Amino acid sequence: MLEEPFAAGNSVIHRLDPRFRTAAAILYCIIVASVYSFPALGLALAVSIVMIRLARLELKRVFYRLLIVNGFVAFLWLVLPFTAHGGVVYQLGPLSLHEKGLLLAAAITIKSNAILMAIIALTATMPLAALGHAMNRLRFPEKLVYLLMLTYRYIFVLEQEYKKIIRAVRIRGFIPQTSVHCYKTYAYIIGMLFVRASARAERVYGAMKCRGFTGKFYSLAQFRASWKNYVFSCLITIAAAGIIVLEYFPHE
Amino acid sequence: MNSESRENTPVIRLSDICYSYPGGPQVLKNLDLCVMPKDRIGILAPNGSGKTTLFHLIMGLLPPDQGTVEIFGKPAVTEKDFAGARKRIGLLFQDADDQLFCPTVIEDVAFGPLNMGMSRRDALETSRATLSFLGLSEFEDRITYKLSGGEKKLVSLATVLAMSPEVLLLDEPLTGLDHDTRIKMFSVLRDLDLTHMVISHDLDFLTAVSNEVYTMKDGKIMPDEDIHLHRHEHAHILGHMPHKHKHQ
Repeated sequence: MLEEPFAAGNSVIHRLDPRFRTAAAILYCIIVASVYSFPALGLALAVSIVMIRLARLELKRVFYRLLIVNGFVAFLWLVLPFTAHGGVVYQLGPLSLHEKGLLLAAAITIKSNAILMAIIALTATMPLAALGHAMNRLRFPEKLVYLLMLTYRYIFVLEQEYKKIIRAVRIRGFIPQTSVHCYKTYAYIIGMLFVRASARAERVYGAMKCRGFTGKFYSLAQFRASWKNYVFSCLITIAAAGIIVLEYFPHE
Repeated sequence: MNSESRENTPVIRLSDICYSYPGGPQVLKNLDLCVMPKDRIGILAPNGSGKTTLFHLIMGLLPPDQGTVEIFGKPAVTEKDFAGARKRIGLLFQDADDQLFCPTVIEDVAFGPLNMGMSRRDALETSRATLSFLGLSEFEDRITYKLSGGEKKLVSLATVLAMSPEVLLLDEPLTGLDHDTRIKMFSVLRDLDLTHMVISHDLDFLTAVSNEVYTMKDGKIMPDEDIHLHRHEHAHILGHMPHKHKHQ
């Protein structure tokens, strides 16, 4: 179910310190999310593509990941050109295609793809555990970090329990169909999953208490930043500065 | 406390304990139990007789409806009392997935030592030593959820042993283990020489690692007379392994 296909690898990006990568990804994404001019977005897209290339990721997989987001973006293309008024380009019966809407949809498309590619290149290239540790070190709220880590740990256990239940209903001849019986069965399955998850949570918490847990987590991870990380930080800062310059100081 | 009185102080003493789950029948009824240092107690009892509940009461995970819990001679009532006791008593859970919650093995093993206030370095050292004692050195960086059932169980044991407990409570340590892992669990228990209580359905294992076998009936715990009669000293090849005799 949950795999980390990008985490394995030995590219330049993979070898960078997770803390630097996480911080860079956050900073870069905030900047890209806040710009709207096409030169700035163009540069952002280029930088993201370069990072994907540097991470030597399987392009087909990256493409499939991008498809998911672009599915949502497609809806914007269906709505925005007709609703964001400004400069009619084409009249389609009662509907008019607006230039402003088209540009906005294009900007959002470039922006979301650039951000997603940066996230894939920088953070999907580390195991989730490393991301958790990096977040911990970057002083993210502890609850958030451990929510992420524990979710990651137990989602597999829950998956197994879900499969167990599904197997149990299947061997007794259950076939999904449109009927009250079927809906009721699914409601039971979901309900049972919640019950099991909450019982599990209680037992895990008990086990943690038995090992002296008092609400404070300690992290074992130690990071050592080599000079390459500082070079990387400089490069990403330059790229970010370039994007800002293009946004706020246009050439014309 | 001098060593003389320490040896005579029960490590665990339960008096007149009653417990029932909310809306359920009474599981423990006026239960008394006294565990002395160096006791090696095996518990063999049917499902639902309250064995796991008993362990959880000792650890302070469940509050008794009635009765008192004393750990190392001191009454344990509040969460704080139990927090102190938990550093000296290790509980191995029935389901290893309940016990292992960290992404990697080494983090999980170091969790207890870090909670006890060890420095990161000492905690790592202790964890590595524990893993190597159990022959799990190469597991350090493995992802916990990807371990097999037997591996999970042994790593769970490592997480408990890393806190160097004086007493071990083992809740069905053999369930789901293959032959080799069972042998390992058995030899670890034999070599450790700690005070322990073991819940198991495997009589051979219980008699081999315990010097007393108890059973639970009607919400109480009592020595199992039938099994007592069977205990005997012997020496033969593989005599240290759990085994059956033909005349049994």
